[in-house]
Amino acid sequence: MEPYSTHTGVVAPLPRVNVDTDQIIPKQFLKRIERTGFGGFAFFDWRYLPDGKPNPEFELNRPSYEGASILVARRNFGCGSSREHAVWALLEYGFSTIIAPSFADIFFNNCIQNGVLPVVLPEEQVEELLRKAEDRPGYRLSVNLRTQMLYDTNGFEVPFDIDPFVKERLLHGLDDIAFTLKQEDRITAFERERPRWLTPSDRT
Amino acid sequence: MASNPKTLFEKIWDAHVVQQGDGKPALVYVDLHLVHEVTSAQAFEGLRLSGRTVRRPDLTVATVDHNIPTVERLLIRDEISRKQVEALKRNCEEFGVPFYGIDSDRQGIVHVIGPELGYTLPGLVIACGDSHTSTHGAFGAFALGIGTSEVEHVLATQCLVQKKPKTMEVRVDGKLPRGVTAKDMILGIIGRIGVDGAVGHVIEYSGEAARSLSMEGRMTVCNMSIEAGARAGMVAPDETTFAYIRGRPFAPQGDDWEAALERWRSLPTDPDAAFDRTVVIEAAELEPYVTWGTNPGQVVPVSGRVPDPASVESPAEKAAAERALEYMGLEPDTPIQEISLDRVFIGSCTNARIEDLRAAAEIARGRRVHPGVQAMVVPGSSQVKLQAESEGLDRVFSEAGFEWRDSGCSMCLGMNPDVLQPGERCASTSNRNFEGRQGKGGRTHLVSPQMAAAAAIAGRFVDIREW
Ligand code: SF4
Repeated sequence: MEPYSTHTGVVAPLPRVNVDTDQIIPKQFLKRIERTGFGGFAFFDWRYLPDGKPNPEFELNRPSYEGASILVARRNFGCGSSREHAVWALLEYGFSTIIAPSFADIFFNNCIQNGVLPVVLPEEQVEELLRKAEDRPGYRLSVNLRTQMLYDTNGFEVPFDIDPFVKERLLHGLDDIAFTLKQEDRITAFERERPRWLTPSDRT
Repeated sequence: MASNPKTLFEKIWDAHVVQQGDGKPALVYVDLHLVHEVTSAQAFEGLRLSGRTVRRPDLTVATVDHNIPTVERLLIRDEISRKQVEALKRNCEEFGVPFYGIDSDRQGIVHVIGPELGYTLPGLVIACGDSHTSTHGAFGAFALGIGTSEVEHVLATQCLVQKKPKTMEVRVDGKLPRGVTAKDMILGIIGRIGVDGAVGHVIEYSGEAARSLSMEGRMTVCNMSIEAGARAGMVAPDETTFAYIRGRPFAPQGDDWEAALERWRSLPTDPDAAFDRTVVIEAAELEPYVTWGTNPGQVVPVSGRVPDPASVESPAEKAAAERALEYMGLEPDTPIQEISLDRVFIGSCTNARIEDLRAAAEIARGRRVHPGVQAMVVPGSSQVKLQAESEGLDRVFSEAGFEWRDSGCSMCLGMNPDVLQPGERCASTSNRNFEGRQGKGGRTHLVSPQMAAAAAIAGRFVDIREW
């Protein structure tokens, strides 16, 4: 996983509430057994017309958002299915940062696992960013995870909150498993105390 | 009075913390890890790449459900689906994980087989790479959905790194009116608190109406907790729970059973324990519900009408409602009972247990599916299918013109060939009415099994209370 510290990129607005992971990556693309190859299918049903051409109505298809790496959306982004494929798809599409007033829990965790920064901002600030991104094609924003600041070159500057543990993990691109395996002794000790009946065995 | 009163969730949490540093998430032990084909392949591959093993294959169990065809199931014509199913079988063999394959009579939707085989028990921490893992909370377990990276983490360490969620009590007082089911209870709750109403929280359902539900009903309610954004849903274990578990293949027996009972009886929330939030709902105010939009919170009573976005205040919500109506092909103010249907789907981990099929069969018995409707019944597991057939429910459905299928997720999300065509309108007992969920352009209305069966026969939504 790539460490995340600072990032500057074009902002793409997706002014919708409750964007669910079924929209981010529809089910027909969940059959792959690899972690890659999902980017082309991100927002598939919104992004393409039935004949396979890009849907000009879909926000992210506008030329000014090409190459965008920061996604701004409304409340409860990533709700629904636990599919991590949604984060893989967004990452491969080019997004390293997602800004919204709130995220669904599983999606949030999946972002952290993949080095994608989910930024929670108050609703008014999200609306302001949505407006800026819509009004000024190519609008760019900078993120500094160390100082927990978002800013542009025109005086927009807001701090954001993030759990210190999550921040550490993103800054260092840490692998949870290696970290947990260092607790081997504690896990083994815990297992010794578990009653025997907690381990299923077929009694039929 | 307990000296340190705790909720059900807190008792389970405290008993599973392996390690916790100051201000850090806890390392939580997982008692049962359920695995299915869609979210596990990349996790097993991760283990292989790093030379790791499955720490506790004996606390892990796998089955195939999402991709399985419901007719001629042994023949998966879709090559990529077949590869995914085969990959799980191979991974289970390689890592020694118990596996119920496509030809096993214990195969089924992962959230149906866990309980019915006796794997799901009170007080456990249960994880699965699937958001509807919340279902197992019906037994008084802490059961949560996780992503694939976390699946790999559980496989390798049998633990999860978790921040302690907040607690929320949803108390449903009084008795459910006639014709109002567990499904209606949860739809009514989500309609009130919203699809993000419980984000960051574990819900415990309490109150007379919630407590009087059968295990099947509790599973339906807990199943859809995730549709309110909850980390998990729970119901405290009681005699109903114990009676359900007793004698199941993997349930504790003899002295183990007694030891388990003693532990389970200590789990319910202490009388003076505090929740971070409490929501109180009067059961008498609940009705049979139908969703009209593209998320499970967009719901109205069957006696109601499609809402008018013009009456919605927040611009963001108004835009969402307008979008939903356009996608659903509905006009504002249309009475729900004038909406006619093309398809009916009775199935999914929400409503495809034996009790659900019995309830639907009672409605269907001696009647005929409307000529304009294609209706199918997909049992939640092979065991449910066998049980239903032994009770003759398959004949009731077939004689009424419903298709009787093999078990699996089926048209809940249509990863197998069971999908809606663009524009088709479906009454479904599943849990998500998201755009395209049941097939691109398909229009899903979520309802109870009784309401779905009645809709199949009438060709439109009908009020089950007047049936
Ligand atoms: S039945 Fe539907 S919701 Fe349940 S596990 Fe299968 S796909 Fe998911």
